[in-house]
Amino acid sequence: MTMTTSDQHASLPIEHNPLASMPHDSHGGIANPVLGMLLFITSEVMFFGGLFAAYFNIRANTAQWPPVNPETGAPFTLEILPFVGPATVLLILSSVTCQYAIWAIRRDDRTVFLRSMAVTVALGIIFLLMQMTDYVLLGSEGLTLSSGTYGTTYYTLTGFHGAHVFGGVIMLSVILYRGMVGQFSAKHYDAVEAASLYWHFVDVVWILLFSLLYLLPGKTPAA
Amino acid sequence: MATTTLTPTGIRSRSSVFAWITTTDHKKIGIMYVINSFIFFFIGGLLALGVRAELAEPGLQFVTAQTYNELFTMHATFMIFLFVIPMLVGFGNYIVPLQIGAPDMAFPRINALSLWMLPLAGILLLMGFVTGGTAAAGWTSYAPLTEDRVLAASGTGQDLWIVAIVLIGTSSILGAINFLVTMFKMRAPGMTLFRMPIMVWTVLVTSVLVLMATPVITSALIMLFIDRNYGGAFFDPSRGGDAILYQNIFWFYSHPAVYVMILPAMGMVSEILPVFSRKPLFGYKAFIFATAAIGALGFSVWAHHMFTTGAVYLPFFSIMTFLIAVPTGVKMFNWVFTMWRGQLMLKTPLLFAIGFLTMFLIGGINGAFSASVPVDFALHDTYWVVAHLHYVLFGGSVFGIMGGFYYWFPKMTGRMMNETIGKAQFVIMFIGFNLTFFPMHELGLAGMPRRIADYASTAGWNDLNVLATIGGFTIAASMLLFVWNVFMSLRSGPIAGDDPWEGNTLEWATSSPPPAYNFDHLPEIRSERPVFDLRHGYPAEH
Repeated sequence: MTMTTSDQHASLPIEHNPLASMPHDSHGGIANPVLGMLLFITSEVMFFGGLFAAYFNIRANTAQWPPVNPETGAPFTLEILPFVGPATVLLILSSVTCQYAIWAIRRDDRTVFLRSMAVTVALGIIFLLMQMTDYVLLGSEGLTLSSGTYGTTYYTLTGFHGAHVFGGVIMLSVILYRGMVGQFSAKHYDAVEAASLYWHFVDVVWILLFSLLYLLPGKTPAA
Repeated sequence: MATTTLTPTGIRSRSSVFAWITTTDHKKIGIMYVINSFIFFFIGGLLALGVRAELAEPGLQFVTAQTYNELFTMHATFMIFLFVIPMLVGFGNYIVPLQIGAPDMAFPRINALSLWMLPLAGILLLMGFVTGGTAAAGWTSYAPLTEDRVLAASGTGQDLWIVAIVLIGTSSILGAINFLVTMFKMRAPGMTLFRMPIMVWTVLVTSVLVLMATPVITSALIMLFIDRNYGGAFFDPSRGGDAILYQNIFWFYSHPAVYVMILPAMGMVSEILPVFSRKPLFGYKAFIFATAAIGALGFSVWAHHMFTTGAVYLPFFSIMTFLIAVPTGVKMFNWVFTMWRGQLMLKTPLLFAIGFLTMFLIGGINGAFSASVPVDFALHDTYWVVAHLHYVLFGGSVFGIMGGFYYWFPKMTGRMMNETIGKAQFVIMFIGFNLTFFPMHELGLAGMPRRIADYASTAGWNDLNVLATIGGFTIAASMLLFVWNVFMSLRSGPIAGDDPWEGNTLEWATSSPPPAYNFDHLPEIRSERPVFDLRHGYPAEH
């Protein structure tokens, strides 16, 4: 416990510590950290909703998508990216390994839990490295954050997703560290559950983004 | 009996300042929210006095046009983001765990984090004054206006504004998550959802609104930041961006945000009226469903702020806006029939609650005018809008907050506030408020646009502007009275006792101020008025 919560009751005998006798968290069901994370993910959905809405709005109001790069005279393209496909596969795989870690800790198998979690973190880091390589390649082809609506929306959407992957990697690394010092077991793994929910969410956002940016066909102006 | 204590070594020498700064106790955090909000209320109030002083006469007497733009922009920013919203969160923080019989919030440390982001954001906003000018494009910060560095702010003020609002938004989101988990998971045994006090219900609906709407403005502000600083093209029509995209995303947040600013004040009034009328709240469940309906409808009316852009579907947004009057009307009946044939105790909290009812009613009616598309085309961006928003935000929220403050001050401090000064404050504030904002209806109808520093002396707006300025300084006088009352009552107010008003809800079942973790034992909870039941006997099970 933190010092401040204990100092106010410093002089009370243990039997009268209200935290021990007060009914709290007695409703069963979903654990507080997991519910908190689900609500946080709700807010994240709305955040990405704002960005996606901006993307669709601009795309719908533009005659040609992707628009023409004024420097080359040809439309912008993402086809030069070599790592997008593998990165997507790896990120989906990392959700599987993350879930595998949850199943392991539920049956108290800490070895498998730690190994799966380590693989998940590693896959997340590889994804980020691949995304950085893609950014460098795209930049050398002339697509930057300031090259019109196409560059702005592309880098903002993928960039904020990348930032969320980075946040997820940090979150899972903390979970991994706490697992290594033995803080989790089949009876105590709410934090793992919460962090894994976040990781799955980040994965789902990527699948949507991937479909939007790489699979959805562009449009040409009506003749 | 064992005498083992929980005293950790080495912390006894900490000062009480350190204890407050590091506390995770929801009551101390709630009080600090309230203090922080009042500080920014007074800063925002001074800025408003600057606006009113400048407008008292035609011509530029005190400030330049640019400074005037900064004054009204920062006035609204402080009042909305650092006064009304955090003030209501502060009361929620203090009251909600007590009213549902919980020892604290679900995530006490995140609670402290939410609090401490706010002064930081306030400092960022204030830094605009010393870095070459604050944000000056209005609290709405419409793009593409804000993308123009010369118009929006000559310095970094607009960027500081963006960062500060994102910070406040994050604080709100974390707070909303905390409230929701607390309400769903930490209720005392017997405290079912439909036995929660109305205050708790309004904070619940507010939290849902914050959770769903605030991240959306975060996305808008981030896009604006990218446009301003990294050459983005989201809102730049000359480069393929969309000129009213920002308005759409902004109001998708900011219309629900006006319910964030009023619903908990409605909750406070709904706590005060039954206690001071000696009757249960009329139509408890109807009130809850009306609150939920306002929250839900709140997401479908954002474009009524954009009727004149010509780019929104007018009939839909107009009819949805009119629909909101229905649940709001239900609430007016709840309140009026709660007082009907009650034994009214005309103490200060009830006076402010009645002030809320009457002023909010005017704010609701003049709002319904603007919901009508043709009327709105005539009134858009005139002082009519300024009158409307102040009747709901000042006449509504601030009167509610004042009532709540007088009502819960005894619980928070253990001392009563002075009734005579309180009533005097109410009367002066009520007169000053109407003197300031009622003439603005007339000014709006006479065609005076909002956000102007100067006007022609032949426009016929002179007398009403003088009246409004006199009213503004009258409000300031009532606030000085309020501050004096708070300090005198803290020093020498009569001791309150546990339950000075003979309240209904659980916060009155513990001492004033309550101990850490709130309750040594809880009364049985069989209705939404457990302390009333304890005093008068339990109702039959239902």
